[in-house]
Amino acid sequence: MELHDRTIHELRDMLEKGETTSRAVTESVLNRIKTVDDKVKAFITVTADAALAQADRADKDRKAGKASPVLGIPVAIKDNMCTTGTRTTCASKILGNFVPPYDATVVARLNGAGSVMPGKVNMDEFAMGSSTENSAFFPTKNPWDLERIPGGSSGGSAAAVAAGECIAALGSDTGGSIRQPAACCGVVGLKPTYGRVSRYGLVAFASSLDQIGPLTKDVTDTAIVMNIISGHDPKDSTSADVPVPDFTRSLIKDVKGMTVGIPKEYFIEGMDPEVDKAVREAVKALERLGAKVVDVSLPHTGYAVATYYILATSEASSNLARYDGVKYGFRAQGAKDLLDMYMKSRSQGFGPEVKRRIMLGTYALSAGYYDAYYKKGQQVRTLIKQDFDEAFKKADVIATPTAPTAAFKIGEKSSDPLQMYLSDIFTISVNLAGIPGISLPCGFTTGNLPIGLQLLGRHFDEGSVLRAAFAYEQATEWHTKRPKL
Amino acid sequence: MKYEAVIGLEVHAQLQTNSKIFCGCETAFGEEANTRTCPVCIGMPGVLPVLNRKAVEYIIKTGLATHCAITPYSRFARKNYFYPDLPKGYQISQYELPLCEKGYVEILVDGKVKRIGITRIHLEEDAGKNLHTSESGASLVDLNRAGTPLMEIVSEPDIRSADEAAEYLKKLRSILRYIEVSDADMEKGNFRCDCNVSIRPVGAKEYGTRAEVKNVNSFKFVQKALEYEIKRQAQILDEGGRVVQETRLFDSGKGVTFSMRSKEEAHDYRYFPEPDLVPIVTSQETVDAIRKTITELPEAKRERFVKEYGLPEYDADMLTQSRALAAYYEEAAKLSGQPKVISNWMMGELMRLLNAEGKEIEDCPVKPDRLAGMVKMISDGTISTKIAKTVFEEMYGSGKDAETVVKEKGLVQVSDSGEIETIIADVIKANPAQHADYKGGKDKLFGFFVGQVMKASKGKANPDLVNQLLKKKLSE
Ligand SMILES: [Zn+2]
Repeated sequence: MELHDRTIHELRDMLEKGETTSRAVTESVLNRIKTVDDKVKAFITVTADAALAQADRADKDRKAGKASPVLGIPVAIKDNMCTTGTRTTCASKILGNFVPPYDATVVARLNGAGSVMPGKVNMDEFAMGSSTENSAFFPTKNPWDLERIPGGSSGGSAAAVAAGECIAALGSDTGGSIRQPAACCGVVGLKPTYGRVSRYGLVAFASSLDQIGPLTKDVTDTAIVMNIISGHDPKDSTSADVPVPDFTRSLIKDVKGMTVGIPKEYFIEGMDPEVDKAVREAVKALERLGAKVVDVSLPHTGYAVATYYILATSEASSNLARYDGVKYGFRAQGAKDLLDMYMKSRSQGFGPEVKRRIMLGTYALSAGYYDAYYKKGQQVRTLIKQDFDEAFKKADVIATPTAPTAAFKIGEKSSDPLQMYLSDIFTISVNLAGIPGISLPCGFTTGNLPIGLQLLGRHFDEGSVLRAAFAYEQATEWHTKRPKL
Repeated sequence: MKYEAVIGLEVHAQLQTNSKIFCGCETAFGEEANTRTCPVCIGMPGVLPVLNRKAVEYIIKTGLATHCAITPYSRFARKNYFYPDLPKGYQISQYELPLCEKGYVEILVDGKVKRIGITRIHLEEDAGKNLHTSESGASLVDLNRAGTPLMEIVSEPDIRSADEAAEYLKKLRSILRYIEVSDADMEKGNFRCDCNVSIRPVGAKEYGTRAEVKNVNSFKFVQKALEYEIKRQAQILDEGGRVVQETRLFDSGKGVTFSMRSKEEAHDYRYFPEPDLVPIVTSQETVDAIRKTITELPEAKRERFVKEYGLPEYDADMLTQSRALAAYYEEAAKLSGQPKVISNWMMGELMRLLNAEGKEIEDCPVKPDRLAGMVKMISDGTISTKIAKTVFEEMYGSGKDAETVVKEKGLVQVSDSGEIETIIADVIKANPAQHADYKGGKDKLFGFFVGQVMKASKGKANPDLVNQLLKKKLSE
């Protein structure tokens, strides 16, 4: 097996035993990018020289006695997390030339632990989308089938991990943007509890929903990355000041004594039967591993997509107001006056989906509509939260499909935003409720496309989610499969 | 028709914190443009605000000093609009659930105490500043001021005249300075005022249509703008017209208000709760702890001065305008043992001289012990009250104490009856006709003789003694 195909924990063991070096691992990853990224198109920016310098530094530090599970391990960063000196574009023309003078807290924590950054990966513009087709630069392809989408918005992160163009990656999840691409690309993706990971330096899409999390090749790696990036950050007032457990201690091979809830609202008409079957098989596997399976109900699920598109776009319309051509980023030429400069810069700088959402959100917050949309949305959000609180009285984790179908064809849904929005139907409620959720591979379609199993937990109980995910993963072999490129 | 004005004021005062409201940048001014900035206050992508707790403390302190209820659960909201000096495209402010609500400030109207209600006090951030250069035609933005903590104090429409408005602003400024949360200096632009004004026929219950005069930046201008606006609206109504609800600006050069007539009026700010900040939860313990840091406020001081020193309300009100002035008064009053006399001197000569130079009490060359010393020289008869005016002016100009001035200028009062009798004899001799008339019954001429004697003594003769001796001599 090539170094770039290995997991963090495998490489950590090899590095600790002196069987390889960070330079060798990093070169392997950079070579892989050179070989396959023309096809996959996961990277917006490759920082080869800086990565090799970081690798050499890690090798030196290791000799000097430094130890960390990610020391010298290449971790790709979604291009909406700020990296000092490396441009951070959000896959948008409006930030095409933006080079931040500061690191996102997650980036600083990874750097502190000695990881290597091979580059910045593609996404839907400002994380708005479910296919990475909304990147202003180019779409990313699914490594399992280059005609298909890798999911989104963290499509670059998921594709890069699946294709071995990095060992792990960070993504962000506002309505499913880590879990749905993880499902599409056959990797593991965790959206932590809202407040578990600092958002400082994450370019905001919807502040009350955004959360950063890892995309990795297996559950163990997810726990390892979570140990590095979690915890209170004085720079983010919404990051929770709660103790962070050692997540690797949740990696237990059975689920004895755990109760798994199955919400009937998540097994709906119109779902791909192959997905339905794979997820039900996964639930049976959990039962065999010692879990008790119970039915639960999340009665307000049907309102989640509408609620999400009101609240997320409202916040986005305000968060994206700063891209006005005045201070940094793209400014259109030839403006007559100030208003013209705003209009031209924003019209030319943003892509159609971003503009659509800014307009939606602006409308929802407008005088006369606020009560009917934004306020109502907040009320429904509370009901959705309460649904989960109720369900978690009966179950320790909830199992659902991650997405109703496997990866669809590029262009298949891009002309129909509503169809596109429905690909997040199973992931969106989780962000509204603020709870943690993981997606991990649970099978393949007859067309050899990965299928994702989603496991949800109580607030700040990533531990149970990781335990159930790990037990299932260890009893199956899906996570060992790699796409042929 | 006779109208009554209905006025409500919105005051923006800058808080005197060391650092900005949501980042660690210092709140220094007059610095080179954009040197007091960081990624947070210039609205870079991905950065987040972190609340300065001192700013919250200052607002709560202000709320307590103005008898407000402190909201136990308060939160921030975003006010969305585009302007180059607003780097995020929204201002973090408060909308629903401000920090303080329902208080009042007391002012004196015709010697009587009147309460002006406070609707709310909230915390928000200031914007930067646009600079328009004439040479290149370019507009530049300076964000040093962006993120400076401001409080907005909104009054109830309880104010009935331009004078009351000025009184209210002075009282508010005095409170903010007393509790040391803002230096409330209008000239520096850190105390700005928006005036909502309407008029209605005297006795009417309903409000008229109001106009808002925005961003007036001195007490004098607030008064002038309101006087103008009240007259303007009265004229419209008298002519059978209707006042339009609009935003107006004050032209201080012409002394008139004029309509903004711009699209800015049609703003829909799309307020919504700020998701990047958690709600401000204030416990009763916190409120109590902040209350303990508040020392005697102007109202309480005024009442105490009336009781303790026997001053009229008006004098007590004036002397408690600032902490320094009140402290000056109390020291001089105690040292001299003559509180009423000290008050008269301060409200008269001392204020006159300070005002002429635009000085504050802190810069007064006559310190309280010197004023007390001079007052004592009057009461023990060393100098006359009249001479004292000259002495005081000299003390103010030279910084010397009263005794030295009196000695150097030879201003000691003449209380030697022999000496005064000699002067009286000379005066009578010099004015035989008037003396004859006086004796013939023209009592009014007594004043003439007093004047002559005082003049001849260069004002130094003890007036009581002059009166006494003159009466005797004139009738001889
Ligand atoms: Zn700053």
